[in-house]
Parts: sequence; structure tokens; C-alpha cells
Amino acid sequence: MSENNNNDPIIVCQDVHKWYGQFHALRGIDMEVRKGEVIVIFGPSGSGKSTFIRTINRLEEHQSGQIVVDSIELTHDVRNIEAIRKETGMVFQQFNLFPHLTVLQNITLAPLQVHKWKKEKAEEIAMQLLERVGIPEQAEKFPGQLSGGQQQRVAIARALAMQLKIMLFDEPTSALDPEMIKEVLDVMTELAESGMTMLVVTHEMGFARSVADRMFFFDEGQIVESGSPEDIYNNPQEDRTKLFLSQILQH
Amino acid sequence: MTTTTAKSKVLPPPTERYSLLGWLHKNLFSTWYNALLTLFAAWLTYAMLKPTLTWIFGEARWDVISANLKLFMIGRYPIEQEWRVWAALFLLTWVIGLSWGSWVKKFELSGLVLLLIPVFMALLPFSMDDRLKILGLSVFSLIGYVIAKSQPATFSKVSIFAWLLYFPVGLLIIRGLTGDEGFFPVVDTQLWGGLMLTVLLSVLGIMFSFPIGVSLALGRQSKLPIISWISIGFIETIRGVPLITILFMMDLMLPLFLPSEIRIESIIRALVGITFFSAAYMAENVRGGLQSIPRGQHEASHALGLSGFQTMAFIIMPQALRAVIPILVSQFIGLLKDTTLVMILSLFDILGIGKAVLGNPDYIGTSREVYLFIAAVFWILSYGMSYASQRLETALGLGER
Repeated sequence: MSENNNNDPIIVCQDVHKWYGQFHALRGIDMEVRKGEVIVIFGPSGSGKSTFIRTINRLEEHQSGQIVVDSIELTHDVRNIEAIRKETGMVFQQFNLFPHLTVLQNITLAPLQVHKWKKEKAEEIAMQLLERVGIPEQAEKFPGQLSGGQQQRVAIARALAMQLKIMLFDEPTSALDPEMIKEVLDVMTELAESGMTMLVVTHEMGFARSVADRMFFFDEGQIVESGSPEDIYNNPQEDRTKLFLSQILQH
Repeated sequence: MTTTTAKSKVLPPPTERYSLLGWLHKNLFSTWYNALLTLFAAWLTYAMLKPTLTWIFGEARWDVISANLKLFMIGRYPIEQEWRVWAALFLLTWVIGLSWGSWVKKFELSGLVLLLIPVFMALLPFSMDDRLKILGLSVFSLIGYVIAKSQPATFSKVSIFAWLLYFPVGLLIIRGLTGDEGFFPVVDTQLWGGLMLTVLLSVLGIMFSFPIGVSLALGRQSKLPIISWISIGFIETIRGVPLITILFMMDLMLPLFLPSEIRIESIIRALVGITFFSAAYMAENVRGGLQSIPRGQHEASHALGLSGFQTMAFIIMPQALRAVIPILVSQFIGLLKDTTLVMILSLFDILGIGKAVLGNPDYIGTSREVYLFIAAVFWILSYGMSYASQRLETALGLGER
């Protein structure tokens, strides 16, 4: 993770603003992410952390500022948006698997339609990914027949099947039972060790401490503080960060 | 409760067993007033059923149906060309057999039941000739089934083409090809009637209104204002008017708009009216389905890089249509019954034929028989659609999860 063979930033955000009606949700976010970095974003609810990572693949539109992903600028141009979406995958809090398709079809759909792969190739890669997330035996089942943790692992495999460079995780474990959180975090840790660039919105502080390269604390649409996990945990500078950490680490 | 062994024991669910007497006691005679109510209900049922059954099996003049059966089935379609309707039916059963054999994987009891229906119908007092034709329906579907079973993989594609081809070919057989003379003389659509017309209008109405309705539902949600305005305008105009008015418009107004040398056949005008009417309702039903799909499905699909069209085609529409199967089937059943309104375009569907038969002095006083027969036909068709949709829902795994 730390041995980046490449120091070029793969994501550059400059002064990103976003409003929902009158509500100023993002108030000038600046962030640079290098290839292979694992970024953890945390903060109270309503702080704009989810909104921010959703602007990176244009699930939310930013109204001013600049977002560049792998030297493609995110504009209104649909071709740019589709190009960026081919390089970024997203894992959602609510999994968002396609309930009418089997696990295997969930994973192969986008490669077949977007990359125009042959069916055999797509299914072979899908099975490899299911091995990797530890549930190859579930390939023919429907999402509704799986546990939450298994569903989230399928969602990760589905994103990975697109052979992408960046993974965005939007609170991937918040809808899971404690027993299932670990199985998902294990997959994410393995992914981080394999060198994937990851932006993770999470409150799993153990995961953050062991895996993250840098952490960003969001509050009221701004980055309050950022730094290595060591800095954030042991030596937070801002009162707001200290307060928040003391609240979530109590438990 | 206190021992640890009892706690870990897996117990079967409790079973309830009743003898017939026990069941009677529990459900019908549990208290004195329940017993009284049971007796009263039994008397009432008897009092109502007895005259009905005596009428059906004794007094009713069913000869009005059997003597006019051809009229009820195909209207005034010339009797010497009747074989063409049978040919279209044989072709239909063959295509059904073909797709059954290639699409349905495991042995299906319902297939066997469908196959046996003509066999039982042949036991009814028809002429020998008609009995053979009715049995032919089973034979042709069986042939199709056996052919498809020999190579299911190839024939599953063939079946799709067979269905696509069936409608133009079937209509051509019934309508005719070679002017007034020859092997396939044209039969004026004004002569088509009876059950044939009812089924034809419903099936074609469903087939055409489905794509139009889906397009209107998508159009209404379009971000391009012109498309959404046109869709909303169409839907709200058509929905704001009763079907009978639309059919009148088709009959009286359309000739005013068109040059006088163009005369559109009544059956086409009826079909267009029914299709538009059904499409407008379909659009709203499908839109309901589209809105029932959570936002997360759109987001997940877009995040995977699927385009707007791919998202609609592979993710949203399949789920939305599945969710609205029960509503759509209700609507189709409604459409089937609404086709009786084509009477005002001077077309004789099965109800129109019924009225015409009652106008015959030979059959005065048989309206009960005629209407009961027509009601039974509609019930069978409607229940058939309802049953088919239930099977479809199970097959698609709707509601499981």
C-alpha cells in the first residue's frame, strides 16, 4: 500500500461544492488520492461524506469545482461520465444487488453489456471473483436467498468484475449484523493489500486503523482534519475531531 | 424447561388431526347458534340450487346454442370457408406444442390437462366431422411437442420465429389472399364474428397496446419536455374518455378526417380504438411498476457503467413488469370484456351474435340460455388468463424472497 510505484494522483478534487436546493452539502472539498492508496472518510451523519464519494462517479452532480479521475475530467459530457464509471466501482450500504438475476448474472451483466466480453470469459472471471470473496457455491442462487454479508461480498465481486482501478465504498457494513461485518471487512482488507485504490466511508475504526493510508474527517460539508490513522487517533488537532472520536470509540 | 437436553431437542411442529365428526363439530356445530346458522345456510343453498339445477338440466332450451354454434364461434364467416379457421387453429396448437416442448423443462401436468380438454369436448354431441377436427387440435399440438422435444435447443429459437410468423400467417389464412375467387377467396372482415372476433380483437389489442403502453410510460418520464408532454397528453386524453366514445369517434369522426376514397374497415377501426384505450391505461400501470423500483437499482446499474438504455432494458423494466403482472392481467381481462362494445361499429362479436340470435323468432324466450352461455365463455377465457398469469408469477419467482 505504501510502496506506490506511481505517485501520480488518480483522483483530484478541487474546491468541490454541492447544494441540495438551499442546503450547502459540500463546501469546497479538496482531495488528492494516489494510485493504490486506501482512504477512509468518516464523520457524523449529514456531514457530506457519502455525498462526496457519490460525486466521484456522478451519482450526485457537483455544481462547482473540479473532479478529475484518471485524467478524465467529470463534466456534463456523457462520454466522460461513462468513461469514469468504467474505471470506478461502487459498493453501497444497501448492497443494491439486482434481485431478478442470479448471483452469477449479477456479476456478468455489466462485463457482457459494457465490455462486450464473451459469455464464457465473463463467467470464468465471475467464478474466480466469487472464489476470491469466498462464496463460489452461491453462484446460481438469487440475492434474496443470501445473508447480508454474502450479498455485500457479491456486490464487491460485481464491481471488481469490471476490471476497474478505483473502488468506492459507501458505508459497506452499516446494514450488517456484527457477525457479518467481519467477513466483508476481510474481503476489503484483502482488496486493499492487492493494491486497489479505495475510498471508504465507514465507522469501522479497527479497519481504518489497520488498512487506511490516510483518513479524512468530514463535518458540515467540509474536511475538518486529515492525516494518517496514527495522527488521527493519537493526536487529533481539532476539537470537533476529538469530540467525535471520543463518542464513537467509547463503545 | 429446566433440563439442558430438552432445550436443544429439535421438535416437529404440532399436528392437528380431526375426524370428520370432529371437523363438523368444530366448524359447523360448535355452539347452538352456530348449529342453527349451519342448518339455515344449508336450507338456503338447497332452496336456491334446486330450481337453478332443474332449469339447467331440465327446462332450459339448449338447442338455441347447439343449433347456432357456428354463429357463436365464427359469426357470419362463410360456412364453406370454415376450414380455414380450423387451419389457423391447427397451426396455433402446433406452435403452442412446439414452444411447450422446447421452453418448458420438466413434465407439466397442466400441459396434459390442456391436451385432454379437446378429447373431452369431442365427447359432447357434435357431428363426427367436428369431433375429428376438435381432436385434431390435440393431435397437432402433440406433433409440435414431440418435434420440439427431439431437439429442444434448436426449437426454442424456432418457436420464437414461429410465434412472430403465426399472427400474420394466421390472419392471412382467415382473411384470404386471392380476390373473390380461387382457393383462398378474401372474406370481408365485416363477416368475421362471434368468439373468433372477440378473441382476435383481444389478442391483437393486447399485443399492440403492450409496446405502445410501455413506450408511453417511458415517454412520460422522459427528460425531453416534448416527449413527456405528448405522452401525458395522449394518456390523459384517452383516459378521460369512455371506450364507447372512442369507438364512436373512430366510427363517425375518422371518415371526416380522411379523404373519401380511403375507407378503413370497421375491424381495424375497432382495433385501433381498443389498442389506444388499453395503451393509455397500460402506460400508467407500467409507470407504477417503474416507480416501485428503488433508486438504488438505478444507482448500482449506473455505477457499473451501464448506459441509461441498458439500465432500463436489463435492470428496471424486467423488475417493473414483473411487479405489475397482476395489474396487467386485470387490465387484459377488462379489455377482453370491453371488446363487446364493438357492437356499435356494427361488428358482431359473441355478444352481438347472441343478440342477433335472440332476434330470430324461432328462439324467442331463450335469452337466459344465450346469456348464460356467453357468460360461461367469458368466464372460461378470463379465468384462463388469470390462471396463466398465476403460473407465470410462480415461474418467475415473484413474491419468493
